[in-house]
Amino acid sequence: MLEINSVQAGYDRTTVLHGVTVTVPKDGVATVLGHNGAGKSTLLRAAMGLLKPRSGSVLLDGEDITHLAPNQRVARGMAYVPQGQQSFPHLTTAENLQLVADGRPEGKEAVAEALDLFPVLRELSGRRAGLLSGGQRQQLAIARALITRPRLLLLDEPTEGIQPSVVAEIEETILALTRRGGLSVLLVEQHVGFAMRAAQRYYVLEAGRVTSSGEGGTGAEQTVRAALSV
Amino acid sequence: MTVVLNQSFTGISIGAVLLLIALGLTLTFGQMGVINMAHGEFIMAGAYTTYVLQKSISSAGVSLLVALPVAFLVAGAMGVLLEWLLIRRLYTRPLDTLLVTWGVSLMLQQLARDIFGAPNVQTAAPNLLTENISVGGGITLANNRLFILGLALLCVLGLTVVLRLTPLGRRIRAVVQNRDLAEVSGISTGRVDRTTFFIGSGLAGVAGVALTLVGPIGPTMGTNYIVDAFLVVVVGGIGQLKGSVITAFVLGVLQSVLEYSTTVSVAKVVVLVAIVAFLQWRPQGLYTLRTRSLA
Repeated sequence: MLEINSVQAGYDRTTVLHGVTVTVPKDGVATVLGHNGAGKSTLLRAAMGLLKPRSGSVLLDGEDITHLAPNQRVARGMAYVPQGQQSFPHLTTAENLQLVADGRPEGKEAVAEALDLFPVLRELSGRRAGLLSGGQRQQLAIARALITRPRLLLLDEPTEGIQPSVVAEIEETILALTRRGGLSVLLVEQHVGFAMRAAQRYYVLEAGRVTSSGEGGTGAEQTVRAALSV
Repeated sequence: MTVVLNQSFTGISIGAVLLLIALGLTLTFGQMGVINMAHGEFIMAGAYTTYVLQKSISSAGVSLLVALPVAFLVAGAMGVLLEWLLIRRLYTRPLDTLLVTWGVSLMLQQLARDIFGAPNVQTAAPNLLTENISVGGGITLANNRLFILGLALLCVLGLTVVLRLTPLGRRIRAVVQNRDLAEVSGISTGRVDRTTFFIGSGLAGVAGVALTLVGPIGPTMGTNYIVDAFLVVVVGGIGQLKGSVITAFVLGVLQSVLEYSTTVSVAKVVVLVAIVAFLQWRPQGLYTLRTRSLA
């Protein structure tokens, strides 16, 4: 589905990713784990086109999308939920969703489906996104990404900094989404347990290099924990 | 009392002119953060458009009505060209943008001199707009000022509807608030930037048409208003339409009342000192939006 091949990327003179290769299987979940500063978010930014790789390539279903703008990648079926519960703070919850639905033939149904996934957003439709709690904003961010009906979803630490009751809800929704088929996910996560439950493939990133990778599933959890504790 | 009411109306009409000029800036400066020193020359372009149209359309009333949309398109197109050629390459360099657009403003002024000559020119106002209305008690309202007030309010209403209720408005607000997130939500931010610039510059063209009703048309006419217009946007709160509306009228009335009781120069100084004091007390301007987080 998605092939990130030997990508080298960074900011100004600093190189963050040193030739990283990650593959997301079709209709499957790949997870990238690692400590803070390992380059996980940079990898997703490069995959989404927000950061131009210095070398290497990004392929979506075999098509080279390395030089496409982020909005063109969205048009090809990619969606991205960035780190930090990002929203359009001065737009209402409803406007945050409608914005993405505008101009899409099935936009109305897509908004309704997204609100069914996170019913709390329906009650908060008139409230400005900047006034929502962190958990509510993250639910809004995932809902917004799903409105484009993506084939590939990039999730950057979806449960980071959120109260535990909402974390469980978000995790269950992500697992349900991946199980219903038709969606591939590249998940960056700090919670090893959740990541390994969701993923068919894992990659451990350290200082911009993949140091360990393999089949996912809860059986590999100890291997990953050992790799992360080094 | 009559004097106060007459001065207040004069102040409101000054405010309406200020508002018309500042409206475009609330988009290009307030929403996009671009300090476009050539905004005044878009006003000039709108005014000269009226002048050119009046040469081919004999009826002053018809030419004025035709000039409004045409000036919007002419100034808007100039804005898009400026954004596409220069400004989009300088979004992360505000000081360079200021210098470059100042250079463009000088070039446009010279271009106007080359085409229309250095002396000011004048357009004829429709008869209806040269008359006054007496509302009793010695108070008279000039029709041209009432027209500008109506035009300003119509533009505010139009802009509010576009920004609040249309998909384009949502996209403009989204790009302003979080450019990267807008881009990864499938919005072509470059296209939105150009559209925003088109509307903002087009509104300057409309302001130019309005100014032909109250003064002569010249190559430097936009420069006279541009600083006041920036002040309106800053004091109102960056990107806040209602802040700009209130500030334009308050500054207009303040200026008018002070001019009556002192002199034009003293009134200008007092207004500027008041603005400096206000911004010391409230640097974010009149209006800001509450958020739990700016993420």
